[in-house]
Amino acid sequence: MLATARTFTLDGIFARPVRVEVDVHRGLPGFAIVGLPDAAVREARERVRAALVNCGFEFPLQRIVVNLAPASLRKVGPGMDLAIAAALLSAAGQLEWEGLARVALAGELALDGSTRPVPGALAIAEAAREDGVEALILPAENGPEAALASGIDVIPLDGLGRLAALAAGEWEPRRPESLSLRLEPPPGAPDLADLRGQPHLRYALEVAAAGGHSMLMIGPPGAGKSLAASRLPSILPPLAAAEALEVARVASACGRLDAVLCGGRPFRAPHHTVSPAGLVGGGVPPRPGEATMAHRGVLFLDELCEFRRDALEALRAPLEGGEVSISRAAGRLSLPCRFMLVAASNPCPCGRGEADPDCTCTPLGVQRYQGRLSGALADRIDILAAVRQPSAAEIGGEPGERSADVRVRVCEARRRQELRLGPGRCNAEMTPAEAREGAVEPPAAALLADLYARRRLSGRAHDRALRLARTVADLRGAETVGEEEMAQALQLRRRDQ
Amino acid sequence: MSAGIERGPRACPDCLRRSWLLELLGPYLERLATGEPGSRSPELLRLPSEELVAVAAPKVAGHLVARVGALSEGHLAEALEAAGCWACCRHGDEYPEQLRDAADAPWALIGRGDPHLLAALDPCGTVTVVGARRATSYGREVARALGRELAGAGIVVVSGLAFGIDACAHRGALDGGRTVAVLGCGPDVAYPAAHRSLWRRIAETGLALSELPPGASPWRWTFPARNRIMAALGAMTVVVEAATRSGSLITADLAADLGRDLGAVPGPVNSRASAGPNALLAGGACVVRDAQDVLDAMLGAGAERLERSGPALAEPLAAALAAVEAGEGTCDGVAAALGVPGPDAAAALARLELLGYLTYSPLGTYSRTLLAAPKGSGI
Repeated sequence: MLATARTFTLDGIFARPVRVEVDVHRGLPGFAIVGLPDAAVREARERVRAALVNCGFEFPLQRIVVNLAPASLRKVGPGMDLAIAAALLSAAGQLEWEGLARVALAGELALDGSTRPVPGALAIAEAAREDGVEALILPAENGPEAALASGIDVIPLDGLGRLAALAAGEWEPRRPESLSLRLEPPPGAPDLADLRGQPHLRYALEVAAAGGHSMLMIGPPGAGKSLAASRLPSILPPLAAAEALEVARVASACGRLDAVLCGGRPFRAPHHTVSPAGLVGGGVPPRPGEATMAHRGVLFLDELCEFRRDALEALRAPLEGGEVSISRAAGRLSLPCRFMLVAASNPCPCGRGEADPDCTCTPLGVQRYQGRLSGALADRIDILAAVRQPSAAEIGGEPGERSADVRVRVCEARRRQELRLGPGRCNAEMTPAEAREGAVEPPAAALLADLYARRRLSGRAHDRALRLARTVADLRGAETVGEEEMAQALQLRRRDQ
Repeated sequence: MSAGIERGPRACPDCLRRSWLLELLGPYLERLATGEPGSRSPELLRLPSEELVAVAAPKVAGHLVARVGALSEGHLAEALEAAGCWACCRHGDEYPEQLRDAADAPWALIGRGDPHLLAALDPCGTVTVVGARRATSYGREVARALGRELAGAGIVVVSGLAFGIDACAHRGALDGGRTVAVLGCGPDVAYPAAHRSLWRRIAETGLALSELPPGASPWRWTFPARNRIMAALGAMTVVVEAATRSGSLITADLAADLGRDLGAVPGPVNSRASAGPNALLAGGACVVRDAQDVLDAMLGAGAERLERSGPALAEPLAAALAAVEAGEGTCDGVAAALGVPGPDAAAALARLELLGYLTYSPLGTYSRTLLAAPKGSGI
């Protein structure tokens, strides 16, 4: 007797359809799973056996073969338990369900037959919709998340015992409410008002947010670099609905949806010991890295000089292309990662800076440390802000401007950019041609030309200055780049070494 | 072999053999050197070769002398030519005159680069700039400006290719004119390796000198030894930054012993990096604030004037410049000092940098250059 059920396996942040074929026939009792299962799928045998027995079904003492098709795709995770159990019951004649082939099932089983949530429910629901499935049966906890995908009937199931009732149409579960996507930072999120004094650092943050420019902060420990970076999401424009769905998809695949949906744009600050695979994604099976988790948000690299060089190098291509491409012998995987890069560094290994007489660093040590600031990654950074220890008067002074007020200006600047460049695009993404296209007043052009001639700027540095000047002008609401805007942009820009 | 000799200066084989002997004696002299900063082990270098070997390596003296003695003239010339080097010795006309003042002067100088620069190393047209490897941005900026302006005024700038002040002086001098690096290893060896490109530029447009043969690796004792050559070469030795027990002060001592002028760049009294030059100043060294001070000391006051005044500054720029001069290095600091919004301070600093009044470090902080603001612009 043969039965099939449909389910999905997670591949990066996408779900791939899998067909579970179960054959039960006479022979020496046994239970084999074939079709490239990983260890967690293979262990489904024990979970399914116990769950069936504990829900009052009979485990057939016959030869059972489970085939997961397509056989070439590696199946990962415990999410196929439910589909295997349903197909097995159907094949053994204990479950009369002619509609089984039209629905998809995903979920992990506990030994008592209750269901447990799986990662990537949103991706599974979207894939089920693409695959032409009528309804998707999921653990109840995954329901609200899966309901984010429109156009698919999501049926929450709390235990294997209810399956027979569901199949017979005797039980009609309530459809889950969809999670509400939060586009703006929640009330109580870190606010820029906490950054007191430091007018230039605030301004640099605002320009970075307004133009989507990457930024590097250098200053002594405790000067407020991390504080400033963590406030950046709060002044970025609210997510568009489609962007919020992208963020949710990544978070769902990483199994941390609730945490993200509370926070609007994601803010990721990986520790500096992170491996290249941890940063951009990879491993077997390939999993999303920090860069993908920061998609549409902020990736903050604190202590930039302490990061492994290979990890930083790996970040280069994703920064430019907006997606990570992981190629392995088993196949290729593309993950989205359009994030704003913010980095911070101490001036030298001891953190005091050479101007401090107590700095204990050797010249070679300092040189090696700062050498990492000039690597290939630093080349992708637009803004350099020197952060100094705020004075006692500043720390004790008035709180700074609130994030909400800054965000109004940032949004207005972004709106101007979208009018000029097209929806969703910002100044940092301008091509060299676009950067040179915009109107620049003659005195501003003369300022840039003067610098270009005297400092022998590279073409890339020239364009970077133009992009920044355009953002400064957008923030001011000016159509053309004036001399003042150009001078500010020239100050903000990161210089080539 | 004859081609190499015709092209460059000549050295007699005996003097050359002394260089090769020093290379062989490297490890033995290293053992004799106490490693104490300030030790004057190169005094041994006054001794004639036989005595030097007997003192430094008594057990293998005969063997070493025989090995060096066996080096034929042709072999020495080939070794020089293979490394792209040439040599001059104390018996030749090309040998820099001022080196003869030193009792422990090198017998031969191996050079890589422009041999005509040897002739330009005249006793009143050469300045040695030395300083700490661990230099502050202040010291670096001063060394670079000194190098650039002295070289621009036709002075040959001598330094030691070390990290910090030495490298900055060389880089500045390469921008403005010619420079000579005196090395503690063979002249064809780039040490420290991080300065390979600087060494290459110097060897191409200036001159790398050493008393050690091509390929010789550095020892601890070779650095004080090369210091004595630097001290003797310069009509004036300028210490830019040095801690109290620094090798740069040995160079200054040696220069003073030879009766050379001594200059020092004043620094903050609480800065360890400036403790050495401040002490020299207290002891009567010339105050060196800029290249003009060096020229005045060497050639007599007013003999040569450097024009180094920047364009006039309007009010917001003058105030921002004053704030940087008062010690504010960051844009935030300037904005706070002037009480203006961050963007205004940023624009002012960008303009000042463009005009050449400020430099911008890789860390994003500003410091003042030596460019003077014209009178009447509020500074």
